[in-house]
Amino acid sequence: MTDNKLHEEKHFEEMIAEENICVEENLVYDRPKTLIDIPMHYCPGCGHGVAHRLIAEVIDELGIQDKTIGVAPVGCSVFAYNYLDIDMTEAAHGRASAVATGIKRMLPDKYVFSYQGDGDLAAIGTGETIHTCNRGENILIVFINNGIYGMTGGQMAPTTLVGMKSTTSPEGRIPEMMGNPLKITELIAQLPGVYYCARVAVNTPNNVRKAKKAILKGFQYQDHKKGLSFVEVVSNCPSNWKMTPVEANKWLEENMLPYYPLGELKVPENQGGK
Amino acid sequence: MKKELRLMKGNEALAEAAIRAGCDGYFGYPITPQSEVLEYLSKEAYKRTGMIVLQAESEVASINMVYGAAGTGKKIIISSSSPGISLMQEGISYIACAELPCLIVNVMRGGPGLGTIQPSQGDYFQAVKGGGHGDYKLIVLAPSTVQEMVDFVPLSFELAFKYRNPVMILADGALGQMMEKVELFEPIPRKTNIEEWATVGKPKNRERNIITSLHIEPDKMEEINRKLQAKYREIEKNEVRYEMINCDDADVIIVAFGLVARISSKAAELARPKGLKVGVFRPITLYPFPYDKLNELADNVKGMLVTEMNAGQMLEDVKLAVNGKTEVNFYGRMGGVVPSPEEILTQLEEKFSGELV
Ligand SMILES: Cc1ncc(C[n+]2csc(CCOP(=O)(O)OP(=O)(O)O)c2C)c(N)n1
Ligand code: SF4
Ligand SMILES: [Mg+2]
Repeated sequence: MTDNKLHEEKHFEEMIAEENICVEENLVYDRPKTLIDIPMHYCPGCGHGVAHRLIAEVIDELGIQDKTIGVAPVGCSVFAYNYLDIDMTEAAHGRASAVATGIKRMLPDKYVFSYQGDGDLAAIGTGETIHTCNRGENILIVFINNGIYGMTGGQMAPTTLVGMKSTTSPEGRIPEMMGNPLKITELIAQLPGVYYCARVAVNTPNNVRKAKKAILKGFQYQDHKKGLSFVEVVSNCPSNWKMTPVEANKWLEENMLPYYPLGELKVPENQGGK
Repeated sequence: MKKELRLMKGNEALAEAAIRAGCDGYFGYPITPQSEVLEYLSKEAYKRTGMIVLQAESEVASINMVYGAAGTGKKIIISSSSPGISLMQEGISYIACAELPCLIVNVMRGGPGLGTIQPSQGDYFQAVKGGGHGDYKLIVLAPSTVQEMVDFVPLSFELAFKYRNPVMILADGALGQMMEKVELFEPIPRKTNIEEWATVGKPKNRERNIITSLHIEPDKMEEINRKLQAKYREIEKNEVRYEMINCDDADVIIVAFGLVARISSKAAELARPKGLKVGVFRPITLYPFPYDKLNELADNVKGMLVTEMNAGQMLEDVKLAVNGKTEVNFYGRMGGVVPSPEEILTQLEEKFSGELV
């Protein structure tokens, strides 16, 4: 080895030493202030944690921690209020958007969002979902679609794909017997009360970045007072899908996304006159 | 203070009282015989005080809107009739557990099932014994006049905020529909203070407020239950209300609430010339129930007659109260039939005449 080479190697070692990397100016990633620093109860690799973090980041960036009220659902994210350092209400199963309506009607200048799973939003709470959207409440609904009932142990959800196994569709979902997976976001996008509607995912860094942008818009648009923002987050449930987190995100990409395609379904710019 | 007298329907009088009491929000769904509350508020409330009035897609949605709105610490009212109140029970249980103040009005109609739109008192059990799941209590007020439909609105809010507990006004279809002269109170300005527990956006100088009924650890959930029970004991100590009409010298006491108490008073009046000394005891708070007073009264009477527009619901509480000290009889009409004073008089004569001579 030449002297020169040796010198280079030494320099490289110094560069990658922990004490030289972990310095203030190199910090590109930190815990958002609004995300409380305690271990989450979610299973490893679960998309709920990522979605929570995005909401916290957006609240921080907009500087609206003191003006935001969240509504947690019944589902795995029932404890969302343990992780977000904002005022929150825990709603009955399916009713989060009605609860958010009540809050927003009393506090029209605050930022209000509900956070709901697919069973919560698209099965037991379908009525509230459709009507809250149709009334054009100035709130954000974050809809976590993991194609399953996570909290109760992996039963079939309205969003469970055809052929997808769950504890109540043990041979896979059979549409003739169990109905079809519900694309509720496509339904929602048509409603005149809806101002912004997007479907995003949290399975890859790129998708996570796009998801954050959609959530950011959902909060910002509340200032316009022109209707509801609806963001579906296609997520996973490694535990009940019986996969590793890596397998789950791959499966999501290959199976969920073809049926639940990503993108903005409705944006304010396309709503003539609004 | 200038008196304002008006001739009003019970439902409209209650709605007017809500506006005057400084209510911030109403969430409802049409159902006979209480739709006039929603209609009157839709017409009057927003333009007069800025009170929000929203017709929801269902009673399930409306009670959950109330849960959210009450959580902001505002004065919130909701009304419905029996089947609609049944639909609300899950939400009411959440509200009670989360200790949110609000006013729920049930203008009862005959059941079970879709039943009839005629007046009834068939939801007594539902109102005072829980209705929804778990150990909780509503403070339940039973008006017997249109005037009380008015007066109990500010009273309900006073109690709801004092105890952070949902209050129910338990009326019936007749009270909702009939017109009587009422004296209206001076309007109270809407609230401006922010409750310390309310979810309004967390300022830097306090911890976040969380409104929840979920406490997954049994020990914690039992602690919450103990706290609720302690509050209920406090309510039972302080808030019992009743009216006694000619009970001092009575040999027989009719126990009745709401409209039936008025009908029973008439029956008691008719009984006196026939030599039957009858008084009327009217519980005003159905929860907390006036057990002690009734127990005391039981010492000095030959018997009691419970009259209700149901199959005998408050009857059970009266029996508990007197604890065997005196004979308790019952007369009830069901399914939307209102008893007449004459019918009740006949009952008095049949059940008590022989004994008293
Ligand atoms: C009225 C009522 N019915 C049923 C339940 C039971 N339950 C709790 S969570 C849940 C499903 C949640 O699934 P989802 O909304 O998809 O959320 P996830 O756990 O998948 O995030 C059910 C059925 C309940 N708590 N309340
Ligand atoms: S059960 Fe599924 S949705 Fe629930 S925390 Fe675990 S991985 Fe997430
Ligand atoms: Mg789910």
